[in-house]
Amino acid sequence: MEETISFQLNGKQTEIKIDPTQTLLWVLRNDLGLTGTKFGCGIGFCGSCTVLLDNEPVRSCSISVGEVKGKSVVTIEGLAKDGELHPVQKAFVEHDALQCGFCTPGMIMNAAGLLIKNPSITRDEIKAGMEDNLCRCGAHIHIIDAVETAAKEMRGGK
Amino acid sequence: MKKEKSNTQVASGTTGRRGMERRDFFKLVGGGVVIFFLPRCSSDPVPVAEPGKRSLPKDYNAFLKIDEDGTVNCYTGKIEQGQGIIMSLVQIMADDLNVPMEKIKMVMGDTELCPWDGGTWGSMTIRSFGPNMRRAAAEAKGVLLELAANKLKVPATQLVVVDGVIFDPANPGKSVTYGELAKGKKIEKFLDVKPEVEDYSKFTFIGKSFKRNDAKIKVTGEAKYTGDLKLPGMLFARILRPKSLSGKLASVDYSEAEKVPGTTVVRDGELVGVLNANLVLAGRALEMVKAEYTYDEIKVDNKTIFEAMIKADTTADVETTAGDIEAGFKQCDKIIETEIHDPFLAHAFIEPHSALAQFENDKLTVWASSQTPYPLQDALAKHFSMPLNKVRVIVPFVGGGFGGKSKNQQAMEAAILAKVCGKPVMVTWTREEEFLYDNFHSAGVLKIKSGIDKSGLIKAWDYHAYFCGTRGSEIVYDVPNHKITAHYHKENTPQVHILDTGPWRAPNNNTNTLGRELQIDRLAAAAKMDPLEFRLKNLKDQRMIDTLKAAADLFGYVPSKKYPSGRGIGIAVGTDVGTLVAEIAEIEIDKKTGKVKVKRIVCAQDMGLCVNPHGATMQLEGCITMALGYTFSEEIRFEGGNIIDRNYDTYELPRFSWVPKIESIILQRMDQPPHGGGEPAIIAVGAVVGNAIFDATGARLFQMPYTPERVLEALKKG
Repeated sequence: MEETISFQLNGKQTEIKIDPTQTLLWVLRNDLGLTGTKFGCGIGFCGSCTVLLDNEPVRSCSISVGEVKGKSVVTIEGLAKDGELHPVQKAFVEHDALQCGFCTPGMIMNAAGLLIKNPSITRDEIKAGMEDNLCRCGAHIHIIDAVETAAKEMRGGK
Repeated sequence: MKKEKSNTQVASGTTGRRGMERRDFFKLVGGGVVIFFLPRCSSDPVPVAEPGKRSLPKDYNAFLKIDEDGTVNCYTGKIEQGQGIIMSLVQIMADDLNVPMEKIKMVMGDTELCPWDGGTWGSMTIRSFGPNMRRAAAEAKGVLLELAANKLKVPATQLVVVDGVIFDPANPGKSVTYGELAKGKKIEKFLDVKPEVEDYSKFTFIGKSFKRNDAKIKVTGEAKYTGDLKLPGMLFARILRPKSLSGKLASVDYSEAEKVPGTTVVRDGELVGVLNANLVLAGRALEMVKAEYTYDEIKVDNKTIFEAMIKADTTADVETTAGDIEAGFKQCDKIIETEIHDPFLAHAFIEPHSALAQFENDKLTVWASSQTPYPLQDALAKHFSMPLNKVRVIVPFVGGGFGGKSKNQQAMEAAILAKVCGKPVMVTWTREEEFLYDNFHSAGVLKIKSGIDKSGLIKAWDYHAYFCGTRGSEIVYDVPNHKITAHYHKENTPQVHILDTGPWRAPNNNTNTLGRELQIDRLAAAAKMDPLEFRLKNLKDQRMIDTLKAAADLFGYVPSKKYPSGRGIGIAVGTDVGTLVAEIAEIEIDKKTGKVKVKRIVCAQDMGLCVNPHGATMQLEGCITMALGYTFSEEIRFEGGNIIDRNYDTYELPRFSWVPKIESIILQRMDQPPHGGGEPAIIAVGAVVGNAIFDATGARLFQMPYTPERVLEALKKG
């Protein structure tokens, strides 16, 4: 049964009339046209579909659109502000922290969530926090470097 | 530069089996200077087409088009799957054409715009396509110089190009840009005498490090992969699948599924597609389809396959032989026999196979995540009995391939469903479908017998590879008596390899390098020699000696008086696609749990000329990281045609905590042609870790991967 779901999407109030049991990932990709969030495994194991739900990284393949009612969702498309890349995005470019780029949006969203929660994060904590996001190309070292750089920038260079 | 001869006539009948007329090309891309060229060199990978297949076109196999604003468009059938050729090809073009890199635009993997190409695999782009492209660019520059000579009334030999501006150094006021030469024109040039390419030492961009040029659009979500595309009226397909690979559809009832709003079910033989504009609803409708399959009884599983491979009635193709192997064994003081079992592996790239197909009027367009757009175009044209020029395949960004996106099954499915339903159809496989229909890395068995004389020199080497090919099995060391034999199915004998197999990053080389380097290490131990000293004693190839020494220097390797030394350091070398690698790793092992962690790995790589050292280093690190999977966890478990591992929950990929400190050195050889860079560093990791486990504990493992259970078992045996 369809109902109207209201939530914040990338900072904008959004309403969509939809069956609330539909998967958030596919609603974002197909109904809302935000294809930056990727489908990888469908069971929450690879992390390529990661988005922020009330600033918390979640696997959009494993929650329904009904669950985001009244909450705030940020996708990779909503991370840059006024054309200015988010520090994590900027650091990913600077460190070449990607190859094929398919896991990248999920990596960036997961990292952004980690940094909101813990701005003074250490390198080991970054590794632990990124552990459940999979990259098949093997850009891991560059990804950790990038997240560390972003954390530093967000702390004002400290 | 040599004086080149050119002509402007349009060769007639240029379409051939390529499927596109040159005049169509102009219609598609507009005016400018277009250069068609026929770069040819002795290293052309496919000089003659196999019967019924296409090959490099005879008259030209690349285009350059120069726009009025000076943009240089380069059209290539290669595709970008993360390996970074989108950057290194730009470097090459910029150097050979003398234009700034930002003026170059790569147009890749579109069968309508780009000339034929066999596929993006085998680390071929830079080593085979690269030299061709360099000649092409030199030819293009020749044409532009000729146009400029006419315009400036100065002999071409007197002109110089800097940043896309051609001028007469004696009279710098006399200048013209590439863009100005292209302005308002539709010029087609076709050169048939090749100017020489310039020496690498003169280059500005080649050999220097540059970061990726596609990073910005990949960090914003802007980069489009096939599954991100949308067409008006497009339907998503979910496809009915058997429970296991041998299933044959006996009956199907989809009446309930069709009751799901907006759902159409179409059937074409075995293919049953559930279509809906909403993918989730298509998936729910698929669950309502009642189907019965018949299954062949297949007894082999992932444990019994190795014995089945050895017992099978196989061929014995001697691929390399030298000396007298029996006489060689007679000279040996010690003889070691080793048998190694290597399992099936999945490609497991994160982007699932996707394809979007659209029939419009008499034309079919298919967007697909594919490493082989032209073979796909051929297959589609054949299946639908359409002329090639009515079938267009476009490959957007590909989210990892590693050899696993060459079959194009998903694209054929999308096209068949689109044809039947009359609407554009998008197929995106589920992860379960990925594991069921992968073309896996071949499982294989190696049997190696070799021996050393009293001084520690290898005198005989008898190597047998069962069902896993021999790429990478080259002897490398100086062994006077040796034989390498490949065993495959005899014709008309039952298949032992019941799973579909295909190229998996450095196909078969992981297996063969593992075999050779474990065996070499066992010989070193038998000779009571340090494994580095033993290797150096038995090597004559100077390039390999240099590469191994470079790795040892970077590692700070100190030979040990005894082997195993207890330090947990392993060494391995190998060759792939013309490139040499030497790796040294240090591990730590938890003897209670059997868990092994690589602390540090050093890799030296001689890949000839390295176009982009930064890009090559990223590939090298990626190879080492990916290799941790086949080393420690990856193994497809199956019972008959039933694949047990169908997602990342049980098929475990390397994670952040697994990645060691990786140090590397690329031995830049500006005087050498470039070799492959996308695969070599992956080949030696299994061996280097296995040898390090031996060095730490004295235990040997002969079955991949080195799971904690297997490590514990080996420790028990000692």
